[in-house]
Amino acid sequence: MPTIKSLDDLKKIREEALQKRQAKVESGSIEIVVGMGTPGIAAGARETMKAILDFIEKHKIQDVVVRQTGNIGLDSWEPIVQITVGNNPKVTYGKVKADLVERIMKEHVIGGKPVKEFMIEA
Amino acid sequence: MREITLHLLDIAENSVAAGARNIDIIIEENILNDRLYLSIEDDGKGMDEETVRAITDPFTTSRTERKVGLGIPLLKDAAEACEGSLTVTSALGKGTKIEATFQHSHIDRMPLGDVAGTIYSLIVAHAELHWKFTYRVVNAAGEAKEFVFDDQPIKETLGDVPLTEPDVLVFLKEMIYEGISQCKNHISYTGE
Repeated sequence: MPTIKSLDDLKKIREEALQKRQAKVESGSIEIVVGMGTPGIAAGARETMKAILDFIEKHKIQDVVVRQTGNIGLDSWEPIVQITVGNNPKVTYGKVKADLVERIMKEHVIGGKPVKEFMIEA
Repeated sequence: MREITLHLLDIAENSVAAGARNIDIIIEENILNDRLYLSIEDDGKGMDEETVRAITDPFTTSRTERKVGLGIPLLKDAAEACEGSLTVTSALGKGTKIEATFQHSHIDRMPLGDVAGTIYSLIVAHAELHWKFTYRVVNAAGEAKEFVFDDQPIKETLGDVPLTEPDVLVFLKEMIYEGISQCKNHISYTGE
């Protein structure tokens, strides 16, 4: 049976994270926003969000801010994900089901190249 | 929506939109009394009586200028179809509490769905708010077990390290999934 996580475990994680941070070169922050209004949720936005968090965890990506927001106003394109990398303009993706997350995260967040075929004109 | 936790997510987003700073969520599965109870309480801007009426019954309101979402009426219909009900208690400037009950064993009751994943994504994606989550189960023998997750001590411990730090995500996910699954195991325990 797995042991219950304690705040002491978390303190260790914090110290390690702060050390890594000092060693890291400034690459600019990443912001990811998932539309979580009623249409987004009905279209599968929760699974999309979980896939994004799993990707960050698996690939150990740092300095990412992940948020969810209400309706973005493009209901037929839900689930909608908006990604901003550093000072580049915000990119809006439509119909981002959980199975598209891996590709968008790999090419855009890690590789720095937005995935044109899933982008929508906002 | 096909899961009660998707409705929960929807209502919690309303609380966020209402400017809440503290959101308290309770899910109780009571096998002994055959009830499923859901509560979302926030300290957001609250609503006046007319708005409360409008959100629970959007098609009979005389007002047309207000854009009313369908999230709450959908949950109300789902609860009422399962020998349950939905109540909205709200006061302007104080906050809103939404409670829904279902007959647990009702054939039409949609599944609870992914409780842990819902809580995990709410906490991480609205890290600026204080979340308290309680999952309580009472099994057929009347024995209760609960998992309480309050993100305040976690954030205090982390200081300026964000919840999206990869190792912190692993920590949160394991803590929440483990807490929920221990309660779920308790539901099927019959006391023998």
